[in-house]
Amino acid sequence: MEELTAKQLRDKIASGQIKSLDAVNDVFSRIEKYEPVIGAYISTFKEQAIEQAEQVDKKVSAGEPLGQLAGVPIAVKDNMCTTFGATTCASKILENFHAPYNATAVEKLIAADAVIIGKTNLDEFAMGSSTENSGLKKTVNPWDTTRVPGGSSGGATASVAARMCSAALGSDTGGSIRQPASFCGVVGLKPTYGRVSRYGLVAYGSSLDQIGPVTQTVEDAALMLNVIAGHDSSDSTSVNETIAPTYDYLEKLNEPVEKLKIAVAPQLNAGADQQVQNTLHEAINIYKNLGAEIIEVKMPHLDYAIAAYYIIATAEASSNLARYDGVHYGHRTQNPKDYVEVYSKSRAEAFGQEVKRRIMLGTYALSSGYYDAYYLKALKVRNLIRSDFTKAFEKCDCVMMPVAPTTAFKIGEKTSDPLQMYLSDIYTIAANLAGIPGISIPCGFDDKDLPIGLQILSPAFTEDKLLRIAKMYEKENNWYDKRPNI
Amino acid sequence: MAEKIDNEQVRKVAKLSRLELTDSEIEEFTGQLGAILEYVEKMNELDTETIEPLAHCLPVSNVFREDIAKESLGTEKTLANAPKKDETYFLVPKILDDNSGA
Amino acid sequence: MADLQYKIIVGLEIHVQLRTKSKMFCSCALEFGAEPNSRVCPVCLGMPGSLPVMNKQAFEYSVLAGLALNCNIPMFTKWDRKSYYYPDLPKNYQISQYDLPLSEKGFIEIPLESGETKRIRIIRAHLEEDAGKNVHSASSYSQVDLNRTGTPLLEIVTEPDMNSGAEVRALAVELQRLVRFIGVSEADMQKGHMRFEPNINMKIIRNGKEYRTPIAEVKNLNSFRALERSVTYEAQRQLSEFLETGIEFGMGNKTTRGWDDEKEMTVLQREKEEAHDYRYFPDPDLVPVELTQEWLDEIKSRLCELPLKKQLRYVQEYNLSDYDAGVLTADRATADFFDEVVNAGGDPKRVCNLLTQTGLKITKEKNCNITDLPVTPKGMADLAKMVDEGTISASSATTIFEAMVQTGKQPDVLASELNLVQKSDAGELESIVDQVIAENSEAVADVISGGKKEKKARGFLMGQVMQKSKGQANPKVVSEILAKKLK
Ligand SMILES: [Mg+2]
Ligand SMILES: [Zn+2]
Repeated sequence: MEELTAKQLRDKIASGQIKSLDAVNDVFSRIEKYEPVIGAYISTFKEQAIEQAEQVDKKVSAGEPLGQLAGVPIAVKDNMCTTFGATTCASKILENFHAPYNATAVEKLIAADAVIIGKTNLDEFAMGSSTENSGLKKTVNPWDTTRVPGGSSGGATASVAARMCSAALGSDTGGSIRQPASFCGVVGLKPTYGRVSRYGLVAYGSSLDQIGPVTQTVEDAALMLNVIAGHDSSDSTSVNETIAPTYDYLEKLNEPVEKLKIAVAPQLNAGADQQVQNTLHEAINIYKNLGAEIIEVKMPHLDYAIAAYYIIATAEASSNLARYDGVHYGHRTQNPKDYVEVYSKSRAEAFGQEVKRRIMLGTYALSSGYYDAYYLKALKVRNLIRSDFTKAFEKCDCVMMPVAPTTAFKIGEKTSDPLQMYLSDIYTIAANLAGIPGISIPCGFDDKDLPIGLQILSPAFTEDKLLRIAKMYEKENNWYDKRPNI
Repeated sequence: MAEKIDNEQVRKVAKLSRLELTDSEIEEFTGQLGAILEYVEKMNELDTETIEPLAHCLPVSNVFREDIAKESLGTEKTLANAPKKDETYFLVPKILDDNSGA
Repeated sequence: MADLQYKIIVGLEIHVQLRTKSKMFCSCALEFGAEPNSRVCPVCLGMPGSLPVMNKQAFEYSVLAGLALNCNIPMFTKWDRKSYYYPDLPKNYQISQYDLPLSEKGFIEIPLESGETKRIRIIRAHLEEDAGKNVHSASSYSQVDLNRTGTPLLEIVTEPDMNSGAEVRALAVELQRLVRFIGVSEADMQKGHMRFEPNINMKIIRNGKEYRTPIAEVKNLNSFRALERSVTYEAQRQLSEFLETGIEFGMGNKTTRGWDDEKEMTVLQREKEEAHDYRYFPDPDLVPVELTQEWLDEIKSRLCELPLKKQLRYVQEYNLSDYDAGVLTADRATADFFDEVVNAGGDPKRVCNLLTQTGLKITKEKNCNITDLPVTPKGMADLAKMVDEGTISASSATTIFEAMVQTGKQPDVLASELNLVQKSDAGELESIVDQVIAENSEAVADVISGGKKEKKARGFLMGQVMQKSKGQANPKVVSEILAKKLK
């Protein structure tokens, strides 16, 4: 069954050709086989999944109406709250934390009759670009197990790449869906900020975080977006239908894109590895052959995106993570001498180095005397970055660029130099700062047979068009047919 | 802001962050934060005098809920994850100072 | 030491709990005295992944209060996070407002003992969420109750315009009446609905030179008495300290003090403003609030004549005593009812007496508002008119008032049902008087002779007439007739 996309599987389950129970059992036998190598999951819920699958099968035989993901095995990044299992954020501080509620996106999956099979590994609190910062386990890239899967949704992308689920939910604060999707050769969509409810997504950088799908195909991404998109009254930053209506993204997917205009920023792309650049060039040529017009744009402020991002995201993180203090939930140090030690020791013991580093950086950027120079400055630069996109989108439908400067790097290669790790986020961060949607789709391989992604960015709330543009390419190149050899 | 972050400042930030760091961690962070901040100073190449800070990309304001009371979690669920508790309260080592700030 | 003058200077921070049904950013009920940690949800518990959504009522109440405090209401306001670690603050930041509060630059008039009023300037009033409560028991642990966490608070900050404990108290009392009057807070001191933090220092002039003592902030006072006493105590303490040490106001020598209610003194809590770095920044989980003129006008339309102004008007226009005017304006329901009765034609003084003597006694017994009683302003005005016109006696008015409350009937109906209508018809009363004179020759003689028995005899005859008329004779008319007949 592993050759089926989520959409195909759903259709076969709905028509009674395949039983959801068989699909789920199949996925769990793959998990048993490959998980010891890949390490994608922090927790799995076999019993519950089987129960859910049986219920879907019952619905099918009773002819009851079915949700859009009926019976499909889905994984969820472990920074989304679930009432089942723990919600750890791959942090020791939440290792035994059991949320009393489901994230809205998870609720929507359940309402769509999806079968949630497990929760995937990530960089602790989604802070990282390789999943090496997980405080709980190690995940490797299914294409080359000596390499990282990317991050922070590395568990989700590795599990989709290894077909240990049909699709997964990830979260993207600075590229955390798109970059690991690129490293693992799968599709990763970061929707517009406000398109998908953040309620129940454990916050890292609240003004940047967005939940999105990790899938095998563009069509699956559209299907997943259908399920999770939409207004949520529990999230003040989720946008309502009057401001930006949602669509049936699947239905829209087959509408043609007329007079497609693509922008590229050659100066920016020059920073990427030569093989990545060449592959990008080939991909854009395919669009050209399909009749698209390619224009060049300058986005002068994107060079400053990393600087602005690492101030804004860490400032927000320093505040968002203040609540993990060992008082009301989570890890508490043994034998504190006073309540202040409950804070300072619990946090010191249970947070990993990257989390500490970002809390420190963010706290510094907000502290008295430094706020204007760092935080406020970063917000202004953010505005400039957004206006770069606004100006570009006046002339084009989308911007195309690499997802990452390189393909998946070796485990341990960048862990000693945090700044080098940060710099690898150069192409993904801007979309989060500008709040616009972006997708990463497989567009080829390097000479080591490692996947390369193409990134497409479009104006806010134009996911429908973005998916159509991505689909144009996918029709020409079925890269998703190629599977890692685990 | 040209002056480089030093151990003393890092110590202060660690205290503000409620992170008990070892001396070697302080040393390590001083170096790493110094390098990151130096990179970040790159932003100063841009003249942002007339630019508005952008805290939010959303075209949204005035999001409210009506003043309607709904069911709470209940004491048991509220305390379910507490590292230390009694029947109805979270417990912390005795608070002797008053550092509240409201 | 002969040439020494000094003046207390006090500014006040006041936290007022708003009268909403649910919390500021979640739907937990606000309920005083509920079981600890039973009014808590993922949002106010600061659980991972939870997000706040603003309570519209709390915002509108705050704007209303800002208007009543004569503040400027900006059309744009936003939310900030204020960071500090404390076990009763689950997120370890408080959602508050920093640089763009929802109201600023206003004032409140407060009544002084002299009968004059004084204007105290308001710097700002902003909305924020409350923290929970740490309960300090005898064990080696403190208990944390988060029921109060997320309660909407209006924080009001005044300029240092008050110069005595009494003035500070007057402001607190006036503010309590004001917020109750406009309905934004119950302002129940027992329930901690109002908490005060005075900032106190002294301006001292010695031998022609001016000095200022270091500012002390007294934290968390929740009674008028403690507020007034702490200010008075602290002023005295600062004066003595200055005379002893000469210490003056300077950067960073502000102290934080607590009030010891038993010892009646302030106690040092924190030397200097210890490195408090709140790291305010805009809360990314919340969107700004943009007022429109229509919305602001709509909120404005809910404002009414404010209590102090009303009180002064009652004294000036109606000649009521300051005390009575104060009683009538203690709450809005009573004041509004009074205004309506007067508008319906009731004589203000007569209505005031009926309301303050009988009305408020009844509402106190029933623990309700005057408007909850089945008495209409028109009925009340009619009752007052009946007394003034002599249709009933003043004491019957009380009886009828009580009957109105019980039956909901109109006063004229009740007066005749209860036989309380006074007989004023001279002809009818004259025959009764004649009868009484004929039957009581001895008393009549006593009156006519005008000796020391006269007064008693006159009273006796009067009583006889009242008895024969079954208490319905108008005493004024009777005594006139008696006087005429027994000349
Ligand atoms: Mg406050
Ligand atoms: Zn709540």
